[in-house]
Amino acid sequence: MKQANAKSVSRIMAAAAMLLAAGCSEDRPTVAINGAGASFPAPVYQNWTHAYSQGNPGIRINYLSLGSGAGLNQINAGTIDFAGSDSPLTLEEQQAAGLRQFPMLTGGVVVIVNLPEVENLALKLDRAALADIFLGNITRWNDPRLRSLNPELKLPDLAITVVRRADASGTSFIFTDYLAKISPEWERRVGRGASVDWPVGIGGQKNPGVCNNVARIKGAIGYTEYTYAAEAKLAMAQLENRAGKFVKPTMTSFSAGVAAADWKNAPGFHMILTDQPGETTWPITGVTYILFRTDCDAQTKANLFKYFNWCFATGATAARKLNYVPIPEEVVAIIQNEVFK
Amino acid sequence: MLKFDNIFKWFCFGCAALAGLLMLGFFIQLAAAGSEAWRTFGLGFVTSARWNPAEQQFGALPAITGTLATTAIALVIALPLAFAAALFLTEAPPVVGGVLGHAVDLLAAIPSVIYGMWGLFVLAPLMQEHVQPFLADTLGLGGLSFIGTEYNGFGLLTAGLILALMILPYICAVMRDVFIMTPAVLRESAYGIGCTRYEVTIDIVMRYGIRGILGGVFIGLGRALGETMAVLFVIGNVTSMPENLFDSATTIAATLANNFAEADGLERSALFALGLVLLAMSFGIQAAAQYYLHLTGARRGEKC
Repeated sequence: MKQANAKSVSRIMAAAAMLLAAGCSEDRPTVAINGAGASFPAPVYQNWTHAYSQGNPGIRINYLSLGSGAGLNQINAGTIDFAGSDSPLTLEEQQAAGLRQFPMLTGGVVVIVNLPEVENLALKLDRAALADIFLGNITRWNDPRLRSLNPELKLPDLAITVVRRADASGTSFIFTDYLAKISPEWERRVGRGASVDWPVGIGGQKNPGVCNNVARIKGAIGYTEYTYAAEAKLAMAQLENRAGKFVKPTMTSFSAGVAAADWKNAPGFHMILTDQPGETTWPITGVTYILFRTDCDAQTKANLFKYFNWCFATGATAARKLNYVPIPEEVVAIIQNEVFK
Repeated sequence: MLKFDNIFKWFCFGCAALAGLLMLGFFIQLAAAGSEAWRTFGLGFVTSARWNPAEQQFGALPAITGTLATTAIALVIALPLAFAAALFLTEAPPVVGGVLGHAVDLLAAIPSVIYGMWGLFVLAPLMQEHVQPFLADTLGLGGLSFIGTEYNGFGLLTAGLILALMILPYICAVMRDVFIMTPAVLRESAYGIGCTRYEVTIDIVMRYGIRGILGGVFIGLGRALGETMAVLFVIGNVTSMPENLFDSATTIAATLANNFAEADGLERSALFALGLVLLAMSFGIQAAAQYYLHLTGARRGEKC
């Protein structure tokens, strides 16, 4: 019995050694490039890192969706190779921190609601109503102002529960920046930022948490990146844009919001894309950025640039499929000339 | 031989001392990392109700209030349930008591994040659609200022309920263990002089097990104070003073979990200071519990 045991143990060990040897000879040691940050573009980044690693066996890219603020903290601490963030740094801030920033994707922030008998894209909210709901000035769904905006809908006698982010968030920055632009009262009382002192509402964890809370609470309204809302099958609202037109959140309306941006006159690629002009423009579009340390070693830099070039060239298709708008080609050329040199 | 004994002795001493050293280390580390917040706000940190990262204003009162309120709600709900369950488990026939006792123990093995998910997906909608309308409208309790008429399923009451379920098995286990230790001679003599089962339970078992009840309370308190994940899902995460039971709020642990990864500068320091407050609260309660049990234990021992 004892002998048999010893035999089988040695057999297992031999097998393990063979496996190990096979593993080593098959490919060169893997280089890991680690990124972390914004959850807004995370669905695309995770898709990309997977696809890229399959085509490039020697290199493995990781992206952790921790939130923009966490990404910035970690890149400042030097624990990751690149960070994703939705709230842009100015050129001065980048230089002071020894970071370099460039835009990677643009996408739309949408308003989601949970109302019985109200279909996706049925609810219309004008600029004043949207701001007043998030300010707590409109507290019930059968408010006369909401009813006159939506005469064809049966709006229930239900309390409005605002759902917003509990953590510091780039999506919140984009959304509050828009509210500050459309409402002087919001600008005065709350302001813009990754985490603000919300007048009303309950907090959810990251984009999925906000979606979960909206899905669970009857009468809830919240904001999130488009893909999260679409995946959670939540009802989105039409919003009034700067031209006074009600628009639906679609790839076309997102693209219209991005097209007007003047990247050439944006030092350090500092750009805020909310409330852009245009008849068909979706009013709340945002840019998501990649940041890396200027003092990282040459090999890491080469790996990073190779990967990001692949993202711009090959990754754009996957991004479009997930309803994100890639950066225009002429802007990619500027990034390649100025940043990836 | 002697040498090995010595080594073994010192090794064991080291292990025992490690716990105390860690505790001390936690206090020192939290105090040091939070010193900027303490310097900036002083004692106002624990009395101010304003928590606004945009203005760099940090007051811990809403989080402290939320922590104490959810813990109190949890204890009020869990104590009578645990007490009744423990009494039944001690008096029940061994087979029934064994099976039910294990079921209660298993409740303690459920990870807190599962409680949180269950709270978000099942309990919160149930509260919004049935429990809260029943309390506020059907019973008409909404008129009471501490209950409130606006509800959305989240908030102090829901968090308190989840916490009650989480601490129930711990309280129940402690109580059961103490009740079982009631000397058989006491119970049999009570039955002998014609006491009913109810009278034996109340006058003998409960009297004898009063320490167990208090021990259970303290165990539950300690666990409810620091619980993070389950509360995070259903408390609403609002850093302002809650006005009633249906109001959304936050707890110290939930505030830490929400903001820690993203915070820097003064906010980070304020979060460390908040951690120190929580540690001090838990430590204080445990110390008071140990001391109280020690006192009453000694007195009881003299009497018996």
